Amino acid sequence: MATETAQAAGGTASADEHLQLEDRIWLLRAMLLMRGIEERAMSLYRQGKVPGSFYDGFGQEAVSAGAAFAMAPEDRLCILHRDLAAHLIRGVPPTRILAQYMGRAAGITRGRDGNVHFGDRRLGCVGMVSMLPDMMLVATGMAMAFKLRGERRCALTWFGDGSTSRGDFHEAMNWAGVQRLPVVFVLENNQYAYSTPLDKQFAVDPVERAAAYGFAGVKVDGNDAEAMFDATRQARQRAVDGEGPTLIEAVTMRMHGHAAHDDMKYVPKDQVEEWRRRDPVDRQERRLRELDVDVDALRAEVAAEIDTAATEALAGPMPTGDDVLSGVFCEGEAEPLGDGHAPWSGFADARPAAGGDA
Amino acid sequence: MAVMTYLQAISSALRDELRADERVLLMGEDIGVFGGAFKVTDGFVAEFGSDRVMDTPLAESAIIGCAVGAAVVGMRPVCEMQFSDFISCGFDQLVNVAGKMHYRQDLAVPLVVRLPSGGGFSGGPFHSQNPEALFMHSPGIKVVAPSTAADAKGLLHAAIHDPNPVCFMEHKHLYRRVKGEVADGVYDTPFTARVARAGSDMVVIAYGAMVDIALQATEDLDGASVEVLDLRSLVPLDEEAILESVARCSKVVIVDEANMTCAAGAQVAALIAEKGFEDLDGPVVRVATPDVPIPFSPPLEQAVLPGVDRVKEACRELLAY
Repeated sequence: MATETAQAAGGTASADEHLQLEDRIWLLRAMLLMRGIEERAMSLYRQGKVPGSFYDGFGQEAVSAGAAFAMAPEDRLCILHRDLAAHLIRGVPPTRILAQYMGRAAGITRGRDGNVHFGDRRLGCVGMVSMLPDMMLVATGMAMAFKLRGERRCALTWFGDGSTSRGDFHEAMNWAGVQRLPVVFVLENNQYAYSTPLDKQFAVDPVERAAAYGFAGVKVDGNDAEAMFDATRQARQRAVDGEGPTLIEAVTMRMHGHAAHDDMKYVPKDQVEEWRRRDPVDRQERRLRELDVDVDALRAEVAAEIDTAATEALAGPMPTGDDVLSGVFCEGEAEPLGDGHAPWSGFADARPAAGGDA
Repeated sequence: MAVMTYLQAISSALRDELRADERVLLMGEDIGVFGGAFKVTDGFVAEFGSDRVMDTPLAESAIIGCAVGAAVVGMRPVCEMQFSDFISCGFDQLVNVAGKMHYRQDLAVPLVVRLPSGGGFSGGPFHSQNPEALFMHSPGIKVVAPSTAADAKGLLHAAIHDPNPVCFMEHKHLYRRVKGEVADGVYDTPFTARVARAGSDMVVIAYGAMVDIALQATEDLDGASVEVLDLRSLVPLDEEAILESVARCSKVVIVDEANMTCAAGAQVAALIAEKGFEDLDGPVVRVATPDVPIPFSPPLEQAVLPGVDRVKEACRELLAY
């Protein structure tokens, strides 16, 4: 099975065909929101209002925005820590994200877990754990259930270049290949796993490994939201058509340190400069300006939304500790995941009635 | 009511669940066509098909991780570890992904992991372990360990009906040695302790294979009235039943087949020290496997696993205290 390479520097004909203007604006909006929320959170961190450390996805916004945009309401996602745009697309309000960062009662985990360690189960998302490729197996298991029940749905998860070294990467790729499951694996290759560069992580480009597991591997410009969308849309189509999994390698760059404390001295300056010229937000913005979209108005709208969200999140209480021992076990019925938002216009005709679950 | 072995009772529970609930799915290595290393699922594929009695790749982390994924989208997976020892390869998925899920994000993970455990038949260091204490120390995971055929069936039904991850410790040495009357149909055995034999001079607290050892060791102990308390569930631990027995009997021997340090019995001993101290007429005595890997050769294995003689000796010493 040959490895394909989607060339998408200036946009692709396929993306043009499937994206309406409103979709292109949605992609920019999601990336602007992600960047703005993370910038605000970093400043709250510096003010001592975000406990622990802070992790962001600066420079990688297109990977989560593009991939999540191709997911249907009934699809299920395991979202990682540099993929905030996916939460926004699925429908998590910015104020709850900021509350989450600050460990407040209104955060998705009510202060029980920090940072982006969350998934809103009512929106079809399972929160990540710190052992990143673990979620590849959870996504594989969800896809297994869909296939067993004969449902036209898929599961998608993100993971990084470092994750490809762990056994769970192999176990998930192998299982998904053996059972030809409707799962999309998005390898977010951001050049560094904490401080470890790619040449110390693997001897062979991991996208090549897909063939060894019996399914397609696609390398995509991870700084192009529309290319990411289109590659994921095609992978999803293959998945729900029974053609098995896809590994998408999104090539991008982590433009900040691993976390707030990391000055990334280990990254050569010219590497950062080179990637700065390929900024995913600038790129989508240029596209929309060429299409006469009022990007400045969109930016202002997003900034105002973040201001309101931050004010609201800051006004919310911290958890009290009164119920810190509760909820270790589920005491009632197990409630499965609910459906998420799916704003892509391509789902408009096929959108199922709201309130679905499992 | 039918007489079944412990193993048949486990098979019967699985069969009943597969018939009653289309969400139930069995996953494991060699459980399909081959019927499982211990034949617990013998003949299941013919009745339920290979989708629901799934031969998986040889990958324990994947078995648990995929079961988590299936569980959160509405399935009721029951995973078989071929030997409980192999759970070490699935530890992360069980402890970090499944166990912490509900506390972190209100997402229930209804899955069961069956763990064929224990020694006594020259399984050696990697086919004889009792890893239950690892999971007692990991919040969010229930742990049950039946000692009789009736409880093997009832606890397995209850584990499958529970909305949480449950480790079902089934003792390999009991599979074909223990027989008993088992009620027909589906019934849930509560996750509480059971008085296996009532008594008043001393209580022996045990679970799994050690319950039968305790019963044999105390059957005729110079006329002493010895209670045997079968814990059945380690998480939740039935504190009330333990403290009641201690209050009634005043002398306590705790038997674990697991390695001594931080075993389930250590938790029981700590509980009694904290909350039952006033009721004690002697030191809390523990009998367990010393902190060594389980050796292969029969005389070596018998030298470390708690047997009838060691328990009898410990009981005699305590009665004389």
